[in-house]
Parts: sequence; structure tokens; C-alpha cells
Amino acid sequence: MSLSTHDVEKVARLARLAMTAPEIEAARAQLSGIFDLIAEMQAVDTAGIEPMSHAQDLSQRLRADAVTETNQREAFQAIAPQVEAGLYLVPKVIE
Amino acid sequence: MFESSLKQLGDALRAKKISSVELTQLYLDRIAQLNPGLNAYVTLNTEASLAQAKAADAMLAGGDAQAMTGIPVAQKDIFCAKGWRTTCGSKMLDNFVAPYDAHVIEQFNRAGAINLGKTNMDEFAMGSSNETSYFGAVKNPWDNARVPGGSSGGTAAAVAARLCAAATGTDTGGSIRQPAALCGISGLKPTYGVVSRYGMIAFASSLDQAGPMGRCAEDLALMMNTMAGFDERDSTSLQRDKEDYARDLDKPLNGLRIGLPKEFFAEGLGSDVAKAVEAAIAEYKKLGATVVEISLPNTRLSIPVYYVLAPAEASSNLSRFDGVRYGYRAPDYTDLADMYEKSRAQGFGAEVKRRIMIGTYVLSHGYYDAYYIQAQKIRRLIAQDFVEAYKHCDVIMGPTSPSTAFKLGEKGDDPVQMYLSDIYTIAVNLAGLPGMSIPCGFGDNDMPVGLQIIGNYFDEARMLNVAHQYQLATDWHSRAPQI
Repeated sequence: MSLSTHDVEKVARLARLAMTAPEIEAARAQLSGIFDLIAEMQAVDTAGIEPMSHAQDLSQRLRADAVTETNQREAFQAIAPQVEAGLYLVPKVIE
Repeated sequence: MFESSLKQLGDALRAKKISSVELTQLYLDRIAQLNPGLNAYVTLNTEASLAQAKAADAMLAGGDAQAMTGIPVAQKDIFCAKGWRTTCGSKMLDNFVAPYDAHVIEQFNRAGAINLGKTNMDEFAMGSSNETSYFGAVKNPWDNARVPGGSSGGTAAAVAARLCAAATGTDTGGSIRQPAALCGISGLKPTYGVVSRYGMIAFASSLDQAGPMGRCAEDLALMMNTMAGFDERDSTSLQRDKEDYARDLDKPLNGLRIGLPKEFFAEGLGSDVAKAVEAAIAEYKKLGATVVEISLPNTRLSIPVYYVLAPAEASSNLSRFDGVRYGYRAPDYTDLADMYEKSRAQGFGAEVKRRIMIGTYVLSHGYYDAYYIQAQKIRRLIAQDFVEAYKHCDVIMGPTSPSTAFKLGEKGDDPVQMYLSDIYTIAVNLAGLPGMSIPCGFGDNDMPVGLQIIGNYFDEARMLNVAHQYQLATDWHSRAPQI
């Protein structure tokens, strides 16, 4: 399967990955090779087969709706790129 | 001391023949001497390791020591360990000091084991050669021009080079078994859900499973006794009675039915690997086992299915790395979207970005059914192959990897060639079954060959028994590289 430059640009945007034009081109060639490998799947007749999302067919365990975590804001913010007054700083989103 | 089993080390520690501080220092000295050439460890914290050893000595003196108390264990750098730099092999987490312990780390701490250091790995566990690590490739201790396998390549090299008593790994598509095979050590990927994933940095959550890597099956059993167990913080952790994984080690193998999947011995398998695996099967017959040919007809499809499902889950899991709360942030950016895009572009390596893009594509509008749902349906067919096979046998055996360790750089530019080397291991993860690899000889370049043993669900104790009996009759597992 051959992906277009536009396909790769769109995927890079959705994945939030900045890519230069040469990187897009290199990715296009490699991804096309990988999708050739994946294409083998398409010929398989899977009519009536239930998708298997997990190794064990178990239902999700539930817990009581109670606070169990302790406040560790300082420990967590100590490893953040930019914080101020207990807040995570990012570029301005609303003018 | 470096050739002792975990049981021998534990006995020596409890008999006060050596202290944990002395033992830990011996290993730290050996690491200082040999790690620069191998690059198996990415982070050491000598002070923390020795402080743990001192505490272990107090436990030993107080008489409340357990099997692993005082024993130095290396941890794959995918496990968060409080106060330790935890990088997952990525620039993205180069400066990340974990604020909490993974469940696996907690279990070792509770048992009084020593965290000897964090081992190198493919970035975010994505790779089969350890060459995708931001911290450089690991060298195979048997031949420094060759790869150790991946993604748990640092762990495998550290165990093979006797730079730790035993170590942890994780396995999403073969990342414990393949490096174990390529480095001539033993490794076990348990049944999905047996070891908690809490604090283990996620790659593909429906496939990721942690397990032990060591010199012999007996050591793996002791490691499993420490690692396994229910943990409510992992929603897929299984609630089961505690078991002793060493309980069946000494059982004879009379009547054991070994299934040999014909698809594992077909085109693509190196003749030297085939020869070593066939010799191992012959040895099992001598030990009283019988052999039956079985078929896993969808083996071929496990690669395309895996390379849809694992990247899909990875693209979702890795969306958390946005340069806001922790990890790498690009130095220059214009606005929020630009900050995300540049931080991720600069923080992730090429293979990780490739897999995020595959995953993003297969989950995107218009392609979801054709790729993701179709892959999940075939995943069920692959799992059903094993259910059918286990009607005729107790364990399945075959090669772990189609070849012995390849040369560094040999498969560098072609991701597809690299992906194909996981052909015998991936189906086990898709089905959620336990699998292991043990050394069974050497191939053409005097590089180790691994025998894969695949068990039925929760059959780890039996697999360890099967491996241990072979290791009593042969000495492949005690061969060590000349360094």
C-alpha cells in the first residue's frame, strides 16, 4: 500500500509530531512498507468472529468511589518543566 | 560468587558467609569495570543500593530474611523506582526522577532485595535489538559486535555478563524471551495479568507483561515468587491465590507431551538454530517426554496483527507525553500546539515516532474497522489456535528467535526486517499465554540459541519444572561469555 504525502502529513498532525518535508518523505516510504506487511491481514475471512480486545475475558473491576490518593502536588510538580504557584505553565491559549 | 544461584546466594547470606553490603559492593565493582564496554546499565545509584544492602543485613541479622533478602537485582529502566531516574530508554524521560515505586519494585523492596541499577532498553520497549535506546546500543557480552536483542537487552546482557544476580524484564511481543535467547540466559514472560503493570511505563497495555530474567529456571521461580501477585492499582491484575512457583521444580518429566508447531520449523528458521532446538527436543525425549506435531495455522498473521494492535495502543498511551507535567519540553515554541509538536518530535526517537504514526493511522476515521477491528478478530483466531493445540499437548516448544544474535546495525534501516524477527514470540502475547526461553546450545557464530517453551494459561510452575529438569541434565545455562 502506498501512502500519499498528504496522508503522512495528516497523521503527523493528529499525532502532534512536528516533521520536516524530508522526514515526511522518509516516513512515507517506511510506513508504506509496513502497511504492505499489514495488508496480509485483509484477506482473512473474519465473518462472525468477535474482536478480542484482551487476553482474559474478565469484566472491569470496580472500586468504591472514595478518595484514596494523598496530595503529593509538590513531589509531582518538582519534575514538571515549568510551574508557578502550584500551577503548570503552558503558552497562552486564549487571547 | 558470580556463578552462584539465587538459592546459593540466599543460603550464604543467611549463614552470614557474606553480607549483603559485601555482595552488593562486589557487583558494583564488577559493573564499574565491565559496564563501560557493554552499556547494559543506564543508571546506577551506588548510595541507594548500599543503603538497601545495609537494611537487608539488618533483616538478615534479625532473622526475618526471605528468599530474596540481600540479593542484588537489576531493574529494567521501564519500572518507576522512587528517587531513581527512570528513562524508559528515551530522551523524553532523560530527566525524569520517579516520584513513586512500581508494584514490582515495591515487591522487591518488601522482600529486602537490592536495586542494583536500571538497565538499558529499546526506547519505550519498542525494538528487538536494543539499538533504539537514546542511551546507545547495548553490546552482546558473547560478541561485542552483535546485538543483545530487545527490548530487555540491557537486562539480558547484565545477567549474561554476571553484572547482577538476576533482573527484571518486560515482554510485549518477545522482549524478555528474544534477548534471553540471544544472550544465552533464561527468561519468563508470565500469563497476562499475573504481574502488576502498576508503575511500569506503558507500551501496549493489553500485551505488556513483566517477568524475571536470570541464569536458570530455579532462579526464575524465586523471582516469580517475589514479582507475582494481585494489585488493585492495575485494573487487569488477576485475583488468584498466591502460589509457590518452585513447588514443581523437582517433578520428573515422564509422560510430558510436547507439542511442536510445524509452522515454527518451516522456512525462515536458521539451520543452526533448528539443529540446537532439535537436539534439545531429543534430550527431552530422553527425560521421558513424548512429542506430537501440532499446528498453529495463523502464526504468520501474528506479525501484521501485532503491528496494528501494539502501535494503536502505543499511540494512545504515549499521548500523555506532552511536555506539560513531566518529561522533555522543547526549548523554543510559538504556541501550545507548537509546544506539543516540537516536544514530541524532539523527545521521541525514530522508531517510537514510526509506531505512534502507524497507531494513529489505524485508529483514524475511516480505517478503524479495516485495521484495528480486523486485527482484534484475527487475534481471537490466533488465541483459538493455542486452545486447539493444548488438547493434544502439555507444553509447546520451538525456537525463540529465527536466528542467533545479528550484528549491530545489520537491520538498522529496514523496520520490516526487524519486525519479522519476532515471528515465534508475538502470538504468545496476543493470546496472553506464558512463554519462556532457555539456552539450548550455540549456533554458527558460537552465539547462544534459545529454546522457547510455551505453556497453557497459569502453567508457569510446570514450565519452570520442564526447564529445570532440562537444566539438571545439560549445562548450556551455566556457560558464561569470556569477557
